[in-house]
Amino acid sequence: MATRTEMIEARRPPDMRRGVVGWLRANLFNGPFNSVASLLTIVLLAMVLWPLAKWALIDADWLGSTREACTGEGACWVFISARFETIIYGFYPDAARWRVDLVLTMMALLIAWLAIPRLPAKRWVGLFALVGFPIVAYFLLLGGHFGLEAVPTREWGGLMLTLTVATVGIVGSLPIGVVLALGRRSKMPLVRSLCVVFIEFWRGVPLITVLFMASVMLPLFVPTEVEFDKLLRALIGIMFFWSAYMAEVVRGGLQAIPSGQEEAAKALGLGYWRRMGLIVLPQALKLVIPGIVNTFIALFKDTSLVLIIGLFDLLAIIRAGLTDSNWLGFATEGYVFAALMFWIFCFSMSRYSQYIERRLHTGH
Amino acid sequence: MGRDIHSRLDMQRSSSERGPLWRDPAVRALVIQAILLLALLGFIAMIVTNTLANLEARGITTGFGFLQERAGFSIPQTLIDYSGDSSYARTFVVGLLNTLLVSGMGIVAATIIGFIVGIARLSSNWLMAKLAAAYVEIFRNIPLLVQILFWYFAVLQALPSPRQSLSLFEAFFLNVRGLVVPAPEPLPGFSATLWALLLAVIAVVGLSVFARRRQARTGKALSVFRLGALILIGLPLAAFLATGRPLAWDVPTLSGFNFNGGVTVIPELVALWLALSIYTASFIAEIVRSGIQSVPQGQVEAARAISLPGDVTLRKIVIPQAMRVIVPQLTSQYLNLTKNSSLATAIGYPDLVAVFAGTALNQTGQAIEIVAITMAVYLLISLVVSALMNLYNARTLLKER
Repeated sequence: MATRTEMIEARRPPDMRRGVVGWLRANLFNGPFNSVASLLTIVLLAMVLWPLAKWALIDADWLGSTREACTGEGACWVFISARFETIIYGFYPDAARWRVDLVLTMMALLIAWLAIPRLPAKRWVGLFALVGFPIVAYFLLLGGHFGLEAVPTREWGGLMLTLTVATVGIVGSLPIGVVLALGRRSKMPLVRSLCVVFIEFWRGVPLITVLFMASVMLPLFVPTEVEFDKLLRALIGIMFFWSAYMAEVVRGGLQAIPSGQEEAAKALGLGYWRRMGLIVLPQALKLVIPGIVNTFIALFKDTSLVLIIGLFDLLAIIRAGLTDSNWLGFATEGYVFAALMFWIFCFSMSRYSQYIERRLHTGH
Repeated sequence: MGRDIHSRLDMQRSSSERGPLWRDPAVRALVIQAILLLALLGFIAMIVTNTLANLEARGITTGFGFLQERAGFSIPQTLIDYSGDSSYARTFVVGLLNTLLVSGMGIVAATIIGFIVGIARLSSNWLMAKLAAAYVEIFRNIPLLVQILFWYFAVLQALPSPRQSLSLFEAFFLNVRGLVVPAPEPLPGFSATLWALLLAVIAVVGLSVFARRRQARTGKALSVFRLGALILIGLPLAAFLATGRPLAWDVPTLSGFNFNGGVTVIPELVALWLALSIYTASFIAEIVRSGIQSVPQGQVEAARAISLPGDVTLRKIVIPQAMRVIVPQLTSQYLNLTKNSSLATAIGYPDLVAVFAGTALNQTGQAIEIVAITMAVYLLISLVVSALMNLYNARTLLKER
């Protein structure tokens, strides 16, 4: 099939040139195919990037507060800046916005503390972030206690609502997911099959149908006199849906832990919960941190779906602004800005996940 | 601790004398499961009674009888005959077919873009690799819904009216009402070409089976790819030309304010298709890259050491091993794409969720039945594809000794 009858020609000596020319030769123009490809890419990039920069930056309108500020040549970012407050707080009453600021600042500090490896007391800060912070945030945002004015959830909106949905989804789905993953590996047939059915059900249906179910079917499931908040219904749906995905990620980690670990713990006389909590789970969860963060990213992106059941998250608020009769025709600016906001959050999470992966990759 | 050992020693001494009952793992498991079962049954009973009470209070009758009733609304894109007089069951089928249509189109496009971008990421060309990486990082991190809305409202709705359509070769027209393309119209005698195509497919399958058996027996390889491509294109083409090219194109022409002839692809479908393909392609690109990188370098070096040419190394060594990693993840992306197509409801593309779980649900109020049917459809698709995937995995599993 592949027999050579003549000698192969000697290779050229390796290119030892350095500097810009050497780099260009090595990376862009090493061979005729690559040279043509590089030139085509450069032309294509110039054709796309230059008009884009001209539209978004050079010809854009930045200052002003009314539609008259838009000259119409480039993007009109006045559309965004004029409604920036609404995009962040939704319809949250002006006088109470400091509460949102406080919660968001707390959240940023907690995340920063947990994300920076050098800071101490991770365990206690983490515990507070998972247990204490949600309680504090609940009382601050919803109000109605301790002399704070009550703010019903229908007045929530914008980035603040997006972050609320994402945080509740993340904090809620991880523990449920861990329990489901443990249940799926249980030796009790009933527990195992229940977990399998639960996980496969949520993983098999689209989130939209789950949200539909939460908004139209959930009220039927509870006694007539119980009033279910629209946001709460969406949160329950999102939590169950993502806990199934989380369970599969955690299961991957559990399977990667050699059975000798559990057997050794058994030999020491540890019971099931101690074996899992002290020996198996800490190792398994550490292994799947990248997978967990990826699920967080997917969850964060999918919070935008709540607009379909009528909640005003970041995307829905911007979309509502587009139908304002004073500001018709700014769909591009609106959606580009929404995309940018989501992108910043998701991209930083994915970068952090890659960083953690490298850090935990302590093998060879 | 000490007592525990003592009791175990006791147990060994006399097997009839066992520890307390609640210490026995088997008994404990039984009790836990019994409690769980009772809780589950109680939960279900509670939901059922609540639901029945609620439905009665709202005056909704349960059951699937509504499926036979007249739907009374029209749908902008139907693959089968449908009118306002059709039943809700027909609405369901129309929606399902539309879902399958956009999913199928999306899968093909996403696979093509994804493989190109994934391979470009591994290119030795710095610029191409970086461009592919930028593509992946940009589109993977923007929610699909934002992308769908962007394509629909910011791009397609900003297109000119039919009179100022953007046109390609005066045959394809893009305007705010959608994409108008020429429609093929088979003339009598065209069936010969279709039969020839069928024959060619059978011939190629037979050829590849023959080639595999012959190689197993004699070790002689036969390049099925080129010969197969020749048969697959040549045979139908020959039949087509021999019967006198029996195919006409219905080219759209502008008359008044709209187009006559051709097929109009509604803008909702174009937007959804673009967004689904571009978004899913960014994930497929990563899968392809990691799949190719998962083939150990030693495999390529070994192939080189036995002096296999580059293309044979690629076809016989790298791709089969990469595919083992790629295919299962690819299938799960296809499933994701199918499930994500339900976002169609945000721009009004008439898919299953939009027409059935949307319009039909609002008209009939049969929330439980309709949401259950809709979920069951997606669940069924997922389970069937997963079952097929498990079969594939079992076949391609590394045969370890």
